[in-house]
Amino acid sequence: MLLSDVEYAKPSSVADAVKLLEGNEGARALAGGQTLINVMKARAASPDKLVDLNGIAELKGIELGADGTLTIGPMTTYSEILASAEAKARPILGQVCAQIADVQVRNRGTIGGNICANDPTNHLPPLLAAIGAQMTIAGGGGERVVSAEEFFLGVYMTAVGQGELLTAITIPAGKGDGFAAVTLGVDGTCIANAAASVNGSLRIALGCVDATPVLVHPDSVDSVRETVRAAGLNPPSDVHASSEYRAHLAEVLAERAARQAVEKG
Amino acid sequence: MDVTVTINGTEYERDVEPRKLLIHFIRDDLDLTGSHIGCDTGNCGACSVLLDGVLVKSCMLLAVQADGTQIETVEGLADDGALTKLQQSFSDHHALQCGYCTPGMLMSATALLRSNPHPSEDEIKKALQGNICRCTGYWNIFEAVKAAAE
Repeated sequence: MLLSDVEYAKPSSVADAVKLLEGNEGARALAGGQTLINVMKARAASPDKLVDLNGIAELKGIELGADGTLTIGPMTTYSEILASAEAKARPILGQVCAQIADVQVRNRGTIGGNICANDPTNHLPPLLAAIGAQMTIAGGGGERVVSAEEFFLGVYMTAVGQGELLTAITIPAGKGDGFAAVTLGVDGTCIANAAASVNGSLRIALGCVDATPVLVHPDSVDSVRETVRAAGLNPPSDVHASSEYRAHLAEVLAERAARQAVEKG
Repeated sequence: MDVTVTINGTEYERDVEPRKLLIHFIRDDLDLTGSHIGCDTGNCGACSVLLDGVLVKSCMLLAVQADGTQIETVEGLADDGALTKLQQSFSDHHALQCGYCTPGMLMSATALLRSNPHPSEDEIKKALQGNICRCTGYWNIFEAVKAAAE
C-alpha cells in the first residue's frame, strides 16, 4: 500500500530528536512502527514527518539496579525483553511480552511504542500501571517523571506532548504479579485484560474497559470481584463483546490476575 | 532518499521515497518477487524477511529504514541451486498447497532453526504464529519444520 507523502529523519540522539519534533505539529516519532505504519496505511494518521527513533542508542537497553529497580529504554523490543537476563528480575514483563502478537511483531515492536500508542486493548498500559512503573519524559524544557496514573490520559493519548519523547521506563523490584486476558485467538488482540500486583497491598489495573487503565485496590483476593463491580465500569461494546460481557470479563480476569499475583508474591 | 541494502549478498543502491514500504522496494524496485504481499496489514506474514538476521514483516517498515542493512529473502535460501534441508522437507511433506504463504513460512522457520536447532513442538507452533496459511495447510507445514529440525 502506498502511504501519504511523508518526510523522514533518523536522528542519533534524544536532543536531536526533540529538536526535530519541536515546533512541527505534523511530526511524529516512529518507534517500532508495528502500530503507526498500519495507522498510516489506513490514513487514520498522515504525519508530515517521521522522526525514526531506531538510531538512538540511548533509548535502548535494560539496566538492573542494585536495589532491583529496572530501567528500560523505550526502544527496547518485546523480543529483547524476553531474552534479557536483567528483565527476569520482574518476571511478569517477559511473560506478558511473550503474549503480544507474533515473533515478527515482537522483534520490531517496542515497550515505549506500546504504551505511547495507548490503545486501550494493548497489554502493557495496564501491566505498567499495576506494577507501579514510572515514565521519564524529555522535551525542550528538560525532564520530568510521571506515574502511570499521570501518563495514560485517553485513547491514544499520553502525557508525552508535542515536541517531547518518552526516554525511560522505571520499574520497581517485585515478583508478586499476575496478568490475565481474553483474546481474539492465541496471543491476539485483547477483548479484556487485567494486571495485578501485590506489594504490601493489592493493586489491579483493568484494560479494554475504559480509555485508560482503571486502577482498583481491593482489600483482599476474596473481595476482588466485588471491588471491580463497585467501580461502576461502563466498557465499550463492539463486535467482539457487549459492554455487559466486557464488564463481566473484567471481574473474572481481575480475580485470575490477583490470584496469580498472590501465589507468586 | 538514497538507500543502500545488501540482499542475499548483492548490494543494491536506489533513490527511494520515504513513504515506500520495504516489501514494495524489494518486489517492485528490485524485482525480487519471491517475498509476497498477502494482507498489507501485518497479519499474514507472507512478506517476512530477515533484516540483519532478525525476522520482520517487510510491509511493517519503510524501505528507508533498511538503509545499510543485510536482508535475506526466500531467493537467498537456495542460492547455490540446491534446496536447503528445510525447503526439501517442505517438498517432501507437501507443506504447500497454493504456495502463497510459503516464502514467509520458510523465512520464519529458517529464523527459528538458526536460533533453536531442536525446537519443541510448541516452539515450532509459536514460531509460525505470525504466518497465516489461507489454505489452512498448517499440519504439513508443522511436520515439515519438525522433520527439518531432526
